[in-house]
Amino acid sequence: MQEISSYLAPRRLDQALQAMADGAATVLCGGTDLALQTESGARHYKAKLLNIRRIDGLTGIEVKADQVRIGAATTVSDIRGNPELATIAPVLVEAAEHFASEQIRNAASLGGNICNASPAGDMIPPLLVLGASVELACWRDGAVQTRLMPLEGFFVSPGKTVKLAEELLTAVVFDRPAADFVARFKKSGPRPALEISTVSLALGARLSNGKLSEVRVAMGSVAPTPLRARHVEAVLEGKALDAASIAAAVASAAEDAKPIDDVRASAWYRGHLVRVFVEEVLNDVRGN
Amino acid sequence: MSVETEIRFKLNGREVSLTVPVTMKALAMLRDKLGLTGTKYACGEGECGACTIKVDGKTVNSCLMYAVDCDGRELVTIEGLRTPEGLHPVQQAFVDHGAVQCGFCMPGMIMQADYLVENNPELTREEAQRGLEGNLCRCTGYTKVLDAVEAVVEAKKCCGRC
Repeated sequence: MQEISSYLAPRRLDQALQAMADGAATVLCGGTDLALQTESGARHYKAKLLNIRRIDGLTGIEVKADQVRIGAATTVSDIRGNPELATIAPVLVEAAEHFASEQIRNAASLGGNICNASPAGDMIPPLLVLGASVELACWRDGAVQTRLMPLEGFFVSPGKTVKLAEELLTAVVFDRPAADFVARFKKSGPRPALEISTVSLALGARLSNGKLSEVRVAMGSVAPTPLRARHVEAVLEGKALDAASIAAAVASAAEDAKPIDDVRASAWYRGHLVRVFVEEVLNDVRGN
Repeated sequence: MSVETEIRFKLNGREVSLTVPVTMKALAMLRDKLGLTGTKYACGEGECGACTIKVDGKTVNSCLMYAVDCDGRELVTIEGLRTPEGLHPVQQAFVDHGAVQCGFCMPGMIMQADYLVENNPELTREEAQRGLEGNLCRCTGYTKVLDAVEAVVEAKKCCGRC
């Protein structure tokens, strides 16, 4: 097991990125996942422990005319309590509302929930239906370099992402949703709090004159990574939201969801739940 | 053994400085380094809330918080709630309503209840229930806990000073 040889808590992003440049830093933010994973032995520390909570500009929610930017170190509580997000992206606030417990929401960061890359990460499906991208920064050629990539392409497998070891996820950005954008999030578990989702589902689409367009559907806990449900999306795209299109969407859900049996639920039950959720969110949008 | 670092922070109103291993959790620091054993270790996984403390005015599970992250911040533990006049109003309400059974979850429960009341003067019973979701009581004594929280909210409304 690697011994930690240094601890750093820089105030500037460039300092943090320089410390990460050799790929030998473990990033600490809220600590709610890192503490558990290192205590259980599921994850080992690298040579440097890098606390990013004190970096200027890594925290905060910025709502501009055309774009929303959420700093990676922003806590889930900050998202839950943000009045602007409640108006323009309530689906994200809804997911924050059902995230773990108050004590964990007060510590856990958005960037951490994404980088942990759990198929059950609750903030991910809503961000996928908002069409979010992640900003990745690193120190290269003597300067801070950033790249923006769609969140959808970020996940590889449980706990694995395409982020390089020298890169830091610095922010999540998404276009401000159109006025006719509708979205829903649902998660399932035996209790409302502190539940690792058995299945989660998010829907986002524009709804104009009863017709759906730019449909995005995202599912959690039904595959090794959170995913976009392309078959369900294709069935709904351009269609009127009625009983027939809802039935077709429900029927196509099995094409996207490839769940497994595990300690929390059977594959059969997950497959059933995801169909129920597709039907419920669509009926809910239709009812309003 | 991992490297150690020196940290300074405010703990229950007093400046503290000490050296901690960088992977030590705030809970272990409070209990084993500073002798404040009011904050309890129970699940060690952020599920039960027995280790709840306040950091910069917000409650967190101290079992998941890295002690190094306390640097420059302000911590309040159950030991810091008591006033020179006696029990804190939330503590007193828990006593008055018989909310305490075995008592092990109480330091965390009271810290979280205080946080909820402090941040929402109009706190409803349902909101208190949701806010206490991260605090488990294995004596299943939630009803009296909620009675106590409701009483604190009501008392605050009447005099505005408690």
